[in-house]
Amino acid sequence: MNFVRTQMLPPQSPPVTERGAVKWLRENLFSGPLNTILTVLAVLTVYYLLSMALPWLLHGVWTANSLTECRTIIAANYGPDAIGACWAVIHARWYQFIFGFYPPEAYWRPILDFGLMFVAMTPLLFADNPRSAIKLVGVVAVLTVIGLSLAQGPLWLLALCTALMAGCFFLVLQSPARLLPVTLLYPFATIWLLWGGSIWGPVMMMAGFGVLAIVYSLLSTRIGVVMATAAGFVAACIWWLALDGAVAAALQSLIPLAIQSVPSDKFGGFVLSFLIGVSSIAISLPIGVLLALGRQSDMLLIKSLSVAFIEFVRGVPLITMLFTASLLLQYFLPPQVQFDLILRVVILVTFFSAAYNAEVIRGGLAALPKGQFEAADALGLDYWQAQRLIIMPQALKVSIPGIVSTFIGLFKDTTLVTFVGLAEPLRGITTIVRADIYWKGIYWEPYLFVGAIFFAACYGMSRYSLYLERKLMTDHR
Amino acid sequence: MAEPAMTNPADMSVSDEVAVQITAMNKWYGTFHVLRDINMTVQKGERIVVCGPSGSGKSTLIRCNNRLEEHQQGQIIVDGTELTNDVKNIDKVRSEVGMVFQHFNLFPHLTILENLTLAPIWVRKIPKREAEETAMYFLGKVKIPEQAHKFPGQLSGGQQQRVAIARSLCMKPRIMLFDEPTSALDPEMIKEVLDTMIDLAKDGMTMICVTHEMGFAQAVANRVIFMDQGQIVEQNEPKEFFNNPKSDRTKLFLSQILGH
Amino acid sequence: MAIASDLPKPQFRFGMLIYDTRYRTITIQVIVLILALIFAGWLVDNVRTNLALKGKDIDFSFLFRRAGYDIGQHLIPYNNDMSHGRAAIVGLLNTLVVAVIGCILSTILGVFLGVLRLSHNWIVSRLIGVYVEIFRNVPLILWMILVATVLVESRPQPKDFKVVDGVSQASMMLWDSVAITNRSSNVPLPLLDHPLPALGSDSFPINTSLLFIFALFAGSIYVNRLILRRAKAVQEATGLRPVTWWQSILVLAGPTLAALFAMGFHLEYPVFKGFNFQGGIQFDHAFTALTIALTLYYAAVTAEIVRSGIQAISRGQSEASFALGLRPGITTRLVILPQALRVILPPMISQFLSLTKDTSLGIAVSYLDLRGTLGGITLNQTGRELECMLLMMLIYLIISLLISSVMNVYNASVKLKER
Repeated sequence: MNFVRTQMLPPQSPPVTERGAVKWLRENLFSGPLNTILTVLAVLTVYYLLSMALPWLLHGVWTANSLTECRTIIAANYGPDAIGACWAVIHARWYQFIFGFYPPEAYWRPILDFGLMFVAMTPLLFADNPRSAIKLVGVVAVLTVIGLSLAQGPLWLLALCTALMAGCFFLVLQSPARLLPVTLLYPFATIWLLWGGSIWGPVMMMAGFGVLAIVYSLLSTRIGVVMATAAGFVAACIWWLALDGAVAAALQSLIPLAIQSVPSDKFGGFVLSFLIGVSSIAISLPIGVLLALGRQSDMLLIKSLSVAFIEFVRGVPLITMLFTASLLLQYFLPPQVQFDLILRVVILVTFFSAAYNAEVIRGGLAALPKGQFEAADALGLDYWQAQRLIIMPQALKVSIPGIVSTFIGLFKDTTLVTFVGLAEPLRGITTIVRADIYWKGIYWEPYLFVGAIFFAACYGMSRYSLYLERKLMTDHR
Repeated sequence: MAEPAMTNPADMSVSDEVAVQITAMNKWYGTFHVLRDINMTVQKGERIVVCGPSGSGKSTLIRCNNRLEEHQQGQIIVDGTELTNDVKNIDKVRSEVGMVFQHFNLFPHLTILENLTLAPIWVRKIPKREAEETAMYFLGKVKIPEQAHKFPGQLSGGQQQRVAIARSLCMKPRIMLFDEPTSALDPEMIKEVLDTMIDLAKDGMTMICVTHEMGFAQAVANRVIFMDQGQIVEQNEPKEFFNNPKSDRTKLFLSQILGH
Repeated sequence: MAIASDLPKPQFRFGMLIYDTRYRTITIQVIVLILALIFAGWLVDNVRTNLALKGKDIDFSFLFRRAGYDIGQHLIPYNNDMSHGRAAIVGLLNTLVVAVIGCILSTILGVFLGVLRLSHNWIVSRLIGVYVEIFRNVPLILWMILVATVLVESRPQPKDFKVVDGVSQASMMLWDSVAITNRSSNVPLPLLDHPLPALGSDSFPINTSLLFIFALFAGSIYVNRLILRRAKAVQEATGLRPVTWWQSILVLAGPTLAALFAMGFHLEYPVFKGFNFQGGIQFDHAFTALTIALTLYYAAVTAEIVRSGIQAISRGQSEASFALGLRPGITTRLVILPQALRVILPPMISQFLSLTKDTSLGIAVSYLDLRGTLGGITLNQTGRELECMLLMMLIYLIISLLISSVMNVYNASVKLKER
């Protein structure tokens, strides 16, 4: 049978049972008896939850001066038995949940610092994606300026900060890599902005790294990379221990440049959570890389030291690490060295996340094909060159989703610092607010508020990490 | 099978200088004796093809030449430098010897140009501009200069392998090692890689190739080495080797790979 | 031409320490060892100086001194005249009991949710998705605090259960067997009329009746496996599988029930007397809140693990299985689950590890676990931070290492099978 089609058939729409809402309902909700029962149960669950929560949410009161006033208003509006949320407590105390006891006239400092954090991360995350970088910096700049204008502060300060953000935006327009100086300056800027005081302290701390860089560049060609780094590190330590303070004090008396100093016990709320979470994860990354390399090493001693550290830290609960920070760390330091509690907590949380990051990065290293190591060897690159130029750029890229997950876990775990007496938002600030005579007896609203912020931050980050994972899978490799 | 253009091996010069000298070399993986009493001399400008059934140790042998594998006994002298445990010697040999792998092993996070300039910049300490000029020259040689700013993943297998060859050439090596350069390629891409290798041979490069491309062996090799069970079983000029094999093992092997 | 035998043996030179691959690793390790020892020495020296400054020493004898504090929930006999060491053991057992119950409950709930998450039913899978995301993305201690708050604020006081003139303000649940007050949950206590004689000392009694029941049940499981194996043999020989479900039920339930009946099993119900409930078991709300919060949180995590494990396998494998004509039930049981388990188990075990460590968050609801006793009250009373913390970390470390060694054994066995 020979057949030749002379006319091509145009596409036709499917029959009625195969399209529209009917098909969707039949396929997705009522495809069988079991499915129908499940659907009914699920609808009932949703109805039950909503019937409990909705009136409470809808009857919410936003302006009142105390819990009793809230209840009076609800009773007056919706009858004596009505329930309702007293959001007034959030309205009255939201700034404490965000800033802790930070002086209100200095709120611009954490806000600016938070905005700069994203700017500083841009060249690291979007080095090869200028469009996303421009978008991110643009949005962050606008939001930061809006945030700053809401905070109390003189107009010239707002203008200065706006100019700063505009400058960052201008730089990213040229190339994300132009923002790298911002990234390098950011840690010191954070210290200065958050704790305040003389600018010369952070500047001299930074100068220590300058000393390291100078010693390294002088010696690296002569005694090798590792030895030069070690020598530079020793020189920097000498600088920090012996000269740093004196030079900073001298410069301060010569050119006094200082902003209002804020002691650590004023820190609290989400500023504290972010400070601990972000600084720990940032400092822990290089340590994690070294630990991962150590664990992969074929030198028995180095391998066992790395394994011992990683397994020890991963084997004990974070809360014991925090108690170590508050009770024990002082025992292990010379008597004259006194770190404040936030710094001690950051150190221990850094150890904690370094161990977890080491395992994530080890996974990234294991995912690399052996050929990459061999090709680097065959080209004559030495160990550190191969790591820096070939291995780590690829391993870290694969590890980013895992590192983001570590950070999500860590960020949630910053709530535990309440048990060593720091005023984190979930339990620390809430306890303080609930101890207030006007708000005594309130419990759902502050927890829900803080929980919602945690949810938004963590959910956003986990979506981002999922997106990265998918992108890595489809990336041309 | 791709049929490379025939050239007369005698046209290409072979000097008396020794490029690689392997003497009484033995190697074990644990208790498994992979390489047994290897003796081999490669003159400068010579093109050697090593073949043999899988597991015969031919890849291991050429990977010993730049110490991707360590030998336990005997002596390997590459370009006048003996391969010992001395890191300086190893680094010297590796920067003098180019290597092309079966799976290309290009660096996927770098562009083609960056792949080519990486080692000259960091190992040879050549200024970036100069390294890029050299890189473009060799990309032209392997006939894909227009791909310089793409990433390896965007290229076909044949193109990637040619980039890998160019990457080795950028180090201006004295000797090139090829570890089954065409066996991971689709049939239609084998020819372009072999052509590149033939061009290289014409320029007088010293080459040691592990390959099953017998057409290539006949076209350019001065000598074919046949290995089995970690030993060199037979070596001869290609014409003699293919037309008049001496050993039974060689005959069997040749009948298997040329049989169809 | 040089021959291998007359190669000169290279003379040892100082430069070889750095440039020879054989010596270089040793050189580096020796340097690292020296640095590590210097660092350790520095730490030890600092500890010595600091202890001397505070007039303290390192001394573990406090473990044998009187504790002087009460622990509501104790699985072995305990009162406040007993030692700190004993209190620490009570705390450790409390940690372990929450960990074990939490692992079991969160696995059951998590597997259930994970499978439902994959259901084709749109509304169900969305609902589970919302549950999973909400619970995963909010700090665990929030759930502990909320559960504890709900229990404490929404339940009546014990005195409301008092029957005055035939009526009480609050009533018990489940046919008057369970009473949840704002202080604790009171549930029936299983008791035996004729228990087997107890072994062990007064301080560490061994419940032989319980051991006997466990042994009996384990034996039943073994016999059941024999039955299943025989059924399989019959199926392989004849192609038809005999019906075994009633045999299984009989073997699994029969002996245990018979033994319980013979020993006179009955329940002791909690009864309101005086100011509170007497009899039965009282579960402190700290325990309940901690267990529920851990279960809910880790069920969400487990659901994700189960979902991604099944999804990782199912596509091609189930298509292949359907193409062979196997029905969905058999496909799941014989093709999907065995493979999915291999993907699911390693992350599950590391979840167990995290859950065990997270029992230490019981501090949020004042649960007296290992951290609450040894690392809490004992530490504060004796002022021996160094000793208490080191001991506590060591114990947690041992528990973790035990769990992860189970994981390693499992991974090794899977690897072997894959060869």
